[in-house]
Amino acid sequence: MNIINIEHISKVYQVGSEEVHAIRDISLRIDKNEYVAIMGPSGSGKSTLMNMLGCLDTPTAGKYDFTGVSVSQMSDNELAKIRNKEIGFVFQTFNLLSRSDALHNVELPLIYAGIPSHERRKRAEEALADVGLKDRMHHKPNELSGGQRQRVAVARALVTRPSIILADEPTGNLDSKTGEEIMILFNEIYEKGNTIILVTHEEYIAEHAARILRIKDGLIESDTPVANRYIPKLRAEVNQ
Amino acid sequence: MSGIALISFEFKESMMIALRALRANKVRSALTMLGIFIGITVVVLMTTAIKGIDNSFQQGISALGSDVLYISKWTWFSNTPWWEMRNRRNITMEDYEKFKALAKLPEAVAPTMGTRQTIKYQQKTVDNVIVMGSTSDYIKTTNLTFEQGRFYSEIESKGARNVCVIGSQVAKDLFTYGNAIGKYVKVGPVNFRVVGVLAEQGSFLLGDMNPDQQVYVPIGTVFKYFSGHRSSSITINVRAANTGAVENTKAEAEGIMRKVRGLKYDDANDFGINQQEGLVDQFNKTVGVIQIAGLFITGLSLFVGAIGIMNIMFVSVKERTKEIGLRKAIGAKRRTILAQFLFESSFICLVGGIAGLIAAILLSFLVNQFIHTSVQYEAVVIALVVSLITGLVSGFAPAYTAAKMDPVEALRFE
Repeated sequence: MNIINIEHISKVYQVGSEEVHAIRDISLRIDKNEYVAIMGPSGSGKSTLMNMLGCLDTPTAGKYDFTGVSVSQMSDNELAKIRNKEIGFVFQTFNLLSRSDALHNVELPLIYAGIPSHERRKRAEEALADVGLKDRMHHKPNELSGGQRQRVAVARALVTRPSIILADEPTGNLDSKTGEEIMILFNEIYEKGNTIILVTHEEYIAEHAARILRIKDGLIESDTPVANRYIPKLRAEVNQ
Repeated sequence: MSGIALISFEFKESMMIALRALRANKVRSALTMLGIFIGITVVVLMTTAIKGIDNSFQQGISALGSDVLYISKWTWFSNTPWWEMRNRRNITMEDYEKFKALAKLPEAVAPTMGTRQTIKYQQKTVDNVIVMGSTSDYIKTTNLTFEQGRFYSEIESKGARNVCVIGSQVAKDLFTYGNAIGKYVKVGPVNFRVVGVLAEQGSFLLGDMNPDQQVYVPIGTVFKYFSGHRSSSITINVRAANTGAVENTKAEAEGIMRKVRGLKYDDANDFGINQQEGLVDQFNKTVGVIQIAGLFITGLSLFVGAIGIMNIMFVSVKERTKEIGLRKAIGAKRRTILAQFLFESSFICLVGGIAGLIAAILLSFLVNQFIHTSVQYEAVVIALVVSLITGLVSGFAPAYTAAKMDPVEALRFE
């Protein structure tokens, strides 16, 4: 079953009197339980495509069906609903609420989903336990390490049981060891049957995915399956 | 979820989010509240003080009786030049006698003649007291009540005996302890026996007319000791049977006075028939001006407070751009963001307003020491509504800015 079906989308920004074609013509299909890495240099349209995939933005032209529903003409509020229910975001800078503890941060999307508080709490606790932060639930972001913060963000992305996880440079602000830990987490999530879209500019990170999409000048330059996918393991195990 | 359930859910959750944000910024929230706090305190206190002044005046005026006419050489609140009124013939005791004999409508008629004297009792003195000379009928032209004793009798009045009735303030000043009845006080150089003490009823706003600060003696004693029979003009106090009869009584009084004074049909009145109404009008005008000026100035402080809130909310929205971006990315709708920030500003205002109200209520106890007053129920409701509206109005522009942010731009904000 395909989750994302994009046909000939383009995006044009008006910068002053000049038109900038961030995306010229992209068609793309992503099926359920795919692990796709999107790569491209800055200015390639990679971010714009990611915003489009994440329903944060709508295309200027073209068709975008998300789980069979057309989103290209949706209003702000309808898009907000789709993002809330279907998309789990993981950002490079984590984007946690600094004054709230891990539990509340994970609960946040459930609040906007209209889930009553006791159920919210239960689900948020489960999600935090899934990412290995059961004993850090009441810590605020500044009391957590970078890797732990990103785990909270991953728990927040997973808690609504979305159709896709959209991760934008999730290891960009982490050292290589903690980055690796996050990639192990992503691999687990993928193996549980989730769909992951990973935006990165590091070849090494992209090779964790099963398919790599390269974007250049607003077009898909290549779309290839990864022959030898890198399956991360805990370093301790690797060393043994 | 049904529509109403969804709205109440969003309402509750937005409120919780707003409360969290306020708790996270305690100092800033408290400082912002200060503006509204001060604004509400001064507005409520101002209205309370004005209400107190008004109450005090109305109470005092009703002690004097609202259905009393004062026939005098002087017309109150008139455009007639004062020197013209000064040159009018005096109203004499003979005029009073004739008037009393002819008037059918009044409930009571009493002549009055005031003089300023120093009152002494042992070591204590009260200076510059109005000593009001009249007849025993005087009490019937007023609503005065007694703390102790009685008014002087008809016999005492006709015989011009040295008896007096003292106002409550005079009694307090002279007789700190114990009974005043039967004691002799010196009015000017003359001894008078106290036969009655009035209950407190006046108001400092009545000034010289305040019965609390007066002494009442038979009019004969005033002529005998303090001023010549012919030298000054008396005032005739005429009380109508009831408030409805005031106009007829006034018309009758005018006719009789013209006759008594021997005026021809084309002569103008050489006397005034005065009513408290004039006094009340004058007072209301003055208080009205004070009220408008006061509310304007205090309202200004509330306005400054509101601008402060708007300012802080704009800063807060700007500072939390990234947070807003995140909230929108994970599914917050425009109205949810709008509600969150409106809740923040209205909560600040409401808490500030309630605190201001409490401060005003406490301060009103202090004001109450000077003017008898208390915070009105309406003032409480209005203060709360005004704070809430201030919060909504001053929070709207910042909240709207937040609500319409583009999540992509907001997330990119550093």
